[in-house]
Amino acid sequence: MRIHLPNSVWLGNIDPFLRAFDVLETDVLEISSHQKWVSVHPVVLSMVCAIGLKMRREGKEIKFYKPTAISKHYFERMGLFKILGLESEIKIREHESAGRFVTIQVIKDSKQLDRFITEMVPLLHSEPKKVEPIRYIIFELVRNVFEHANSDDGAIVCAQYYKKSNTIRIGVADCGIGVKKSISQSYSPKTDIEAILLALTPGITGTTTKIGGTESNAGAGLFFIKSLAKVDRDFFMIYSGEGMYKLLKNPKHKGVRLVADPIKDHASYNNNYPDWSGTVVGIDLCLDEHADFNALLDLIRDFYQKARKQKIKEKYKHPRFV
Amino acid sequence: MKEIRIFDKTGAFAGNKDIARDIRLNEILKYIGDENKIVLDFSGVESATQSFIHALISDVIRQRGINVLERIYFKNCSITIQKIISIVTEYMQESNY
Repeated sequence: MRIHLPNSVWLGNIDPFLRAFDVLETDVLEISSHQKWVSVHPVVLSMVCAIGLKMRREGKEIKFYKPTAISKHYFERMGLFKILGLESEIKIREHESAGRFVTIQVIKDSKQLDRFITEMVPLLHSEPKKVEPIRYIIFELVRNVFEHANSDDGAIVCAQYYKKSNTIRIGVADCGIGVKKSISQSYSPKTDIEAILLALTPGITGTTTKIGGTESNAGAGLFFIKSLAKVDRDFFMIYSGEGMYKLLKNPKHKGVRLVADPIKDHASYNNNYPDWSGTVVGIDLCLDEHADFNALLDLIRDFYQKARKQKIKEKYKHPRFV
Repeated sequence: MKEIRIFDKTGAFAGNKDIARDIRLNEILKYIGDENKIVLDFSGVESATQSFIHALISDVIRQRGINVLERIYFKNCSITIQKIISIVTEYMQESNY
């Protein structure tokens, strides 16, 4: 098994990085990195950490080739080596993380999640209306891991603020059962991407075939999160098994309309990626463009009302003109 | 009329569905019956997730019917929480519970 951290990975260009991931089962996880400069989206660190923890748990070896890039300190500061139990030999003077990044976190239960959310908010140094969606996204994604992933190592979370683009980038990864196995408890998707598309559809959850969900799952969580990225005209991606769905930046000249079918979004999706045993979610939120969270809720409410009208319409009997 | 202070159980952010489930099972459903009224006081709660609100009230609507909303009062809700409650109650009616 081998992961190479290239020069630059962000959600827009993450596809080649994922495709280069060698998933061949071996007793060693080899991690290498670009020699001169490495700049990666937090979701990449979450993935490396998730797979590393899994390998550790299975008693396998992690071989992290000594990074030579000038930016190697980033891995150390984000806590990658520490979490994986590796000696990096990189000495750094830790600068204050507040307002800049959230180091890699391994969250295994609700108590840890509550504590993390409480501690994270002041770190973001943002106005409440900007903090709101970030808190919401992290909470819901980590809860998804607890409820659907059956992950022995919990959820691996990482986030970083990019001053130049005024963007928060968030990554959550796990090495649990994956979306297909989870959704297959109630549906029969043939492929991983089919399962992902089902999971993104509002009203569909792996816990029941009943549209609207159960007393504890409405099947709306991922739809809400994807909608946040869509309204904000940002990237969102979900990768599980061999499937990857990526919501592309909604063009600025186009209005934003929420749709139930994720295929109808401005998105790319495929089922030919290396098999990731678990689920990975990455999202960007540009704080400049940031639409009011309440405005998003209005759009979602409007979406449900239209869906209701459509349903009522479908029930009408229509005259047959011959 | 019974009043439940959500903040005392969740703090400023209501996201933990396990807590929502406890409130629903041990307080709302136990008390509300066919006639009783209940107040869910959100003062101090800045925001909530859709999952939390769903876990809090969807099964109450399922079990008691949509008219139960006439006996549940949502007090001191922020605009965000009001909107999320509205979304959940509306999609519950769409799905015919």
